[in-house]
Amino acid sequence: MSEFWFFLEVLLSGMFAGTMYALVALGFVLIFKASGVFNFAQGTMVLFAALCFVGFLEMGLPIAVAGIISIGIMIAWAFAVERLVLRHLVNQAPIILFMATIGISFFLEGFGEFIWGGDVHPLDIGIPNGAWFVGPEGVMLIDQFDLSAAVIAGVLVLSLALFFHYTRIGRALRAVADDHQAALSVGIPLNRIWVIVWSVAGFVALVAGIIWGSRLGVQFALSIVALKALPVLILGGFTSVPGAIIGGLIIGTGEKMAEIYGAPAMESLVTALSGTDSVSLGGVEEWFAYVIAMFFLLFRPQGLFGERIIERV
Amino acid sequence: MAEAEILQTFEAGQPAERSFGEPVLALENIVLGFGGVKAIDDVSFEVRKGEILAIIGPNGAGKSSMLNCINGFYKPRSGSITFKGRRMPAMDPHFAASNGIARTFQNIALFRGMSTLDNLMTGRVLKMNRGFLWHAIYWGPAQREELENREFVERVIDFLEIQAIRRTPVGRLPYGLQKRVELGRALAMEPDILLLDEPMAGMNVEEKQDMSRFILEVNEEFGTTIVLIEHDMGVVMDISDRVVVLDYGRKIADGTPDEVRANQQVIDAYLGVAHD
Repeated sequence: MSEFWFFLEVLLSGMFAGTMYALVALGFVLIFKASGVFNFAQGTMVLFAALCFVGFLEMGLPIAVAGIISIGIMIAWAFAVERLVLRHLVNQAPIILFMATIGISFFLEGFGEFIWGGDVHPLDIGIPNGAWFVGPEGVMLIDQFDLSAAVIAGVLVLSLALFFHYTRIGRALRAVADDHQAALSVGIPLNRIWVIVWSVAGFVALVAGIIWGSRLGVQFALSIVALKALPVLILGGFTSVPGAIIGGLIIGTGEKMAEIYGAPAMESLVTALSGTDSVSLGGVEEWFAYVIAMFFLLFRPQGLFGERIIERV
Repeated sequence: MAEAEILQTFEAGQPAERSFGEPVLALENIVLGFGGVKAIDDVSFEVRKGEILAIIGPNGAGKSSMLNCINGFYKPRSGSITFKGRRMPAMDPHFAASNGIARTFQNIALFRGMSTLDNLMTGRVLKMNRGFLWHAIYWGPAQREELENREFVERVIDFLEIQAIRRTPVGRLPYGLQKRVELGRALAMEPDILLLDEPMAGMNVEEKQDMSRFILEVNEEFGTTIVLIEHDMGVVMDISDRVVVLDYGRKIADGTPDEVRANQQVIDAYLGVAHD
């Protein structure tokens, strides 16, 4: 019986991690949908937003004020990106826009360090940090931090998904994603859509930065977290918000399962094949997601929910 | 019915019954170049209120480029466009759209992932003024606004007889219907001027007849001014009030279908002329 509870515990913690991945992936999806650009700077935006937030906290501002100012900064950032970069690259090939986002990423990383310095900042905004023990005799452990983070991320992801699916702005956004020229011809203001999308992506980055920062400390390694979003994107499809959610959950649980159940199985397999006494495999969760992503690229490159890529010859 | 009557009017040679108002759009000495190539070379013409104006010419004559100048996708190298009392060196796409210029594209440019209904609803973007926060919560005025616009779109759907494909993602529709949905999206904008880039390209006879009927009805019932590019000369001569002929980026004729048909330069441009 405790086997089962343990399995449940692994599953849940995987799903918690998954919502966090989904949150980061969502930032990519939004910008990809609206402009067909893979925003290389999303990871740096997570870092920068978190740096601003923690910087204001350390100045002694209350959490709410620091949050609002940080959101304001991310919106200003969105305006700046649109005005200084995107506006001049309308109708350029996607690869050119992609290169531009690499430049944006380098700039933002340097700019963040210039303003806030390169130290690791601990961050505590009062997300509960204990654990609950549930089930018969408390055999199952639920990490309160993980749960809270997952709830925050889940609510945010869901409300954004609904927003972009059902509102006028969402429709305009999908229109821009489908065809720039046609969108212009019906009077959809491309520039404003971009500002909205980058602002929302900035906001998502801020939330992701705060949550990940509370766990790891706000440091430059935060921008690497974005790499975790890549397999999620490949799984879910670059253009699908629900895809980002499901992809995040699959990757999160997959990783945990591979770590807990896959590693011992592989160890015994390798042991049996090589005939040595015992082999110990570590860090399965580090690469497992990328292997899943690779298989998806081979067999279903558009992802689970992405639009089918059909090319006429 | 309307089509038959109008066609009769034309065949009876009484175009005088259709009178046209003021010029609503004037293009003067438009020059457009891509690198060293001149796509349009010093072309001027007017579009008059309520008319159906056809732009014709052999391939590469600059017809689509002309349309792209009118709605602001291309910026002419020189010349001016007068619209809504403003004389501009070039049109801005947003200004064009918000002042009643709608268009369709030669290679259908629909939002492929979206349903017919959603495609048409994008045509209402400029008619919906509530801020996006209102729409985010979708409550009160925003909801009312959405419903009102939805009602208009349903009328367009009825008009174009595309009720059955309301919910179908347009990427799955056959070509002819996609063209019709694209017209629907433009109509949803309640345009004063409708630019149609080869609305009947690739259609069979029946589809062409339907499309001609829609164009005539839009013109007749809503007084929409129509500028269209079309290769099917039968259709052009039947439905248009005036024809502008381009060849190698220059305007070689401008007049009623009968005048244009009789114009030697036009005949040469289409049939080729022996150089001796």
